[in-house]
Amino acid sequence: MAQKAIREYDAKSILARHWDAYFPNFNYPYQTILVQTGDELREAAKTTHPWLAEKPLVAKPDMLFGKRGKNDLVLFKVNKPGDVTLEDAAKWIDEKRAEKQKVYFSFDGDTPTGEPSEDYLTHFIVEPFTPHTQDEEYYISATVVGDEDVLYMSAEGGMEVEEGWDEKVTEVAFPITATEEEIEKKIRENIPADVKDEDKEAFAEFAIGFFKAYRELNFAYLEINPFVLQGNNVELLDMVAKLDDTAGFMMVDHWGDIEYPTAFGMEAKSPEVEAIEEADAKTGASLKLTLLKPEARIWTMVAGGGASVVYADTIADFAGIDDLANYGEYSGGPTTGETKFYAETILDLMTREKDPKGRDKILIIGGAIANFTDVAKTFTGIIQAFEEYAEKMKEVGVRVYVRRGGPNYEKGLKDIKEAADRLEIPIEVYGPETHVTDIVRMALEEK
Amino acid sequence: MSKLFTKDTQAIFWNNNKTAIQRMLDYDYVIKREKPSVAAIVAPTSSNKFEKFFWGADEVMVPVYKSTAEAKAAQPQADVLLNFASFRTAYDVTMEALNLGGFKTIMITAEGIPERLARGMNAKARELGVTVIGPATVGAIAPGAFKIANIGGTIENIVNSKLHRAGSCGLVTRSGGLFNELSNIIAINADGIAEGVAIGGDRFVGSVFIDNLLRMEENPDVKYMVLLGEVGGTEEYKVIEAVKSGKIKKPIIAWCIGTIAKYYDSGVQFGHAGASANDDRETAEAKNRAMKEAGIHVPASFNDLPEVINGVYKELHAEGIIKDIEEPAINTIPAYRRPKQFICTISDDRGEEATYAGFPISSVALPSTGKGIGDVISLLWFKKQYPKWATDFIETVIKTVADHGPAVSGAHNAKVTARAGKSVVESLVTGLLTIGPRFGGAIDGAALYFKYADDNNLSPKEFLGYMKKQGVPIPGIGHRIKSLKNPDLRVKGLMDYAAENFPKTPLLDYARTVEALTTSKKENLILNVDGTIGILMVDMWRALGYSETEIDEFIESGTLNAFFIVGRSIGFIGHVLDEKRLAMPMYRHPMDDILYDVQKAEPIG
Repeated sequence: MAQKAIREYDAKSILARHWDAYFPNFNYPYQTILVQTGDELREAAKTTHPWLAEKPLVAKPDMLFGKRGKNDLVLFKVNKPGDVTLEDAAKWIDEKRAEKQKVYFSFDGDTPTGEPSEDYLTHFIVEPFTPHTQDEEYYISATVVGDEDVLYMSAEGGMEVEEGWDEKVTEVAFPITATEEEIEKKIRENIPADVKDEDKEAFAEFAIGFFKAYRELNFAYLEINPFVLQGNNVELLDMVAKLDDTAGFMMVDHWGDIEYPTAFGMEAKSPEVEAIEEADAKTGASLKLTLLKPEARIWTMVAGGGASVVYADTIADFAGIDDLANYGEYSGGPTTGETKFYAETILDLMTREKDPKGRDKILIIGGAIANFTDVAKTFTGIIQAFEEYAEKMKEVGVRVYVRRGGPNYEKGLKDIKEAADRLEIPIEVYGPETHVTDIVRMALEEK
Repeated sequence: MSKLFTKDTQAIFWNNNKTAIQRMLDYDYVIKREKPSVAAIVAPTSSNKFEKFFWGADEVMVPVYKSTAEAKAAQPQADVLLNFASFRTAYDVTMEALNLGGFKTIMITAEGIPERLARGMNAKARELGVTVIGPATVGAIAPGAFKIANIGGTIENIVNSKLHRAGSCGLVTRSGGLFNELSNIIAINADGIAEGVAIGGDRFVGSVFIDNLLRMEENPDVKYMVLLGEVGGTEEYKVIEAVKSGKIKKPIIAWCIGTIAKYYDSGVQFGHAGASANDDRETAEAKNRAMKEAGIHVPASFNDLPEVINGVYKELHAEGIIKDIEEPAINTIPAYRRPKQFICTISDDRGEEATYAGFPISSVALPSTGKGIGDVISLLWFKKQYPKWATDFIETVIKTVADHGPAVSGAHNAKVTARAGKSVVESLVTGLLTIGPRFGGAIDGAALYFKYADDNNLSPKEFLGYMKKQGVPIPGIGHRIKSLKNPDLRVKGLMDYAAENFPKTPLLDYARTVEALTTSKKENLILNVDGTIGILMVDMWRALGYSETEIDEFIESGTLNAFFIVGRSIGFIGHVLDEKRLAMPMYRHPMDDILYDVQKAEPIG
């Protein structure tokens, strides 16, 4: 996936690092800190971030989700707005991280809709409380829509901007080839009418710098909602950002040390998935694994990105998704060793428990006709994994269905058939003369 | 441009990916292309000049260049760039090619080019009317004409999937793996494809579905199209628009994969980077439904796709729109091939009569042909037919250097060896082995240094200063007895010949200005015969249109020395035969001509 969400703290840090290049006429204090515990905050106040002890504070979780105010997860007052001390913030952080918190992602007015996600809060961003009035709050964001970059600007910042989007927000679209002059001109011509007259010039200048930063720093999405304009002083109250991580190799120095956290409420990745990701990062080939429902009975080990989707589609069509345990693919000519590791991981997961309804488990070793992956070589890896897991496979009752074509496929199919027969694992093997997904139908017709 | 490729299309392959290139050439051989589909390889870090590939059982050489610019200059007819650079450099390679111009199609294989760079590159190509295939693709194919790299897989699969000759379907997919699968399905259920493109899996690709389908609409070989889309993006809606507006009239069969995605939240990435639905319109189901409503043939599931293809094909066949295809004869690739140990590019003795660079020997050897030794040298050394003024010059040089008397070291060696009772060949090589930097080397040296000075625009004074710094006397300058007043007639003859027959003599003109300076210091520091030959050879090659790099290569590889070797062999053989006829006894050097100064060796260590 090319577009990855980053923390608010990291987004602000990236902008701060390049502040003078994009916003030379604005002051941004960049007083912000990311902590995991109250103690960490207290320690920082004594050393690196003395302002923590000097100013009233605001604290909130920094874990990719928004609507923190509506979820009552922003600490900006104890008795009245702007009275939060260092100690208040530290205690609040420890209190919030101690227990799982419910977070709603959508609201109707102030009423949450849909199911909440429940998880621990682990990261908090703490900043000075900035007294300001509602009419000093503005909204700005930019992203890619179709082939164009679109800049969104509004004179009304804050959470309410999404309600009444069409009336409040001005959209300006730019082709990738737009020059700096064209961009400046178009932005100046489209400053929202509601922006206060005395702020119009500053707003335009800030928007131009913002859009340039978005383009040049390879953001895929960048939103400040709201930012506060007080003369030449700017405060970024809330930010959301995604980076195009494929640009990472050119942006190392520009982005600094960036983390791509998992979304709040997403189950932590299993060790098996992490191991596959690690192996994937080390090879020129591609190894991907997502666990959908580990207790389900149909497992897939499919070669190729497109084919893996087609198999998943077909299983959903024929059996429904309740029976589908995983999604994944191997491709790009993995070595025998890499394929063995991938196969072992899947066999290990699928042979841990029997099907609760007592049915056989099904392993689909599928794939289209390969362009250059040597089928016999990858199948050798799968056969080696079979040898390790043959007993367990028989114990839980695994039936194997193979369909594959491509370089050396005859040998690959013959080898895997012989190995399975020798190990007494039930197997059916098909080549390119059989339609790619037909083994799914065959597997499900047999009981 | 209704067809992406023809049987004459040639590509420049960026990156020396030998397996993929061999697959292209195997394909070429099987479909009986006349010329290899790869005209050149660009490999910036390679010092090879060519790479060998099998052509059937035989082998061919594909030239290797260090840059796209060089490759394009040498192979201007190659209008396809196969960009196999990594995701780090693929953008730069594409942009360089777009700036160079002359490419109709650029295919980019790298996955994960930064999105902003990919968008910029695609926009520029679009503006210039260049078709970009990819990034993140396995390529495209025009069966029976041209195939990119690995698409289609092995030769066996290509023939099984009828990708070796044009069928009647236009195929466009996102996925490269499923492209092969679809080709196979279309071969089994219809008559194969006429043109196929895998547009690539990244979010921003150059040519999209609609670009390719509109071209296929214009291609008379394409009778219907198969489109395999994916969840994510809105490209399929452009196709729907084109069908509704009548821009596309040929039947389309289409399916979007990824119908499963609706069951999971956006945390699960199904398939490619481009495959993720941002809103309901982008789901596979919505797109399948919309395509069906627009009159596109959409199966109930991917599993039913073969049936639908078969149905449309049969209908078009029954209507006579699709005719039966006569299966063409194909070449087969031998199961066992061995790379050749030696390469010969100058002569060939396999036919009726041996040839020199393509010319039967009799056509250059017999007096009636009017050809001389200069012509033979131009064929065998340079693989070109030099004009008469150049071959005459070569002969003049050979005649001029044939002998320089018995006292020079080479001739002396040959004579001493002959007197030791050795054969002609043994005596000759003894003499030849003397030729090197000090004997005969002035020709090489003069060419090298004068060319260097001229290339770098050194004034005669700067040149003298430069040589002084190098600590080398200027090669080709100076004679034992000859001077400006007492000129060397051989030199004068060569210069007169050049003045009369060479189109121009820039290096000689420069050398004369140097000579004017050196002779002002000392009478006998004239341009000597070695210097004149070396310098005029450079002028000859320049006039014949060789590049400076090529001329430098001639000098470096010792070609100038070779003229001296050939010429002087005549003289050496003369001296050897002379000794034999005179039956001279074994030579022993008089002892009184040797200074003996032998000290007793001290023990050391």
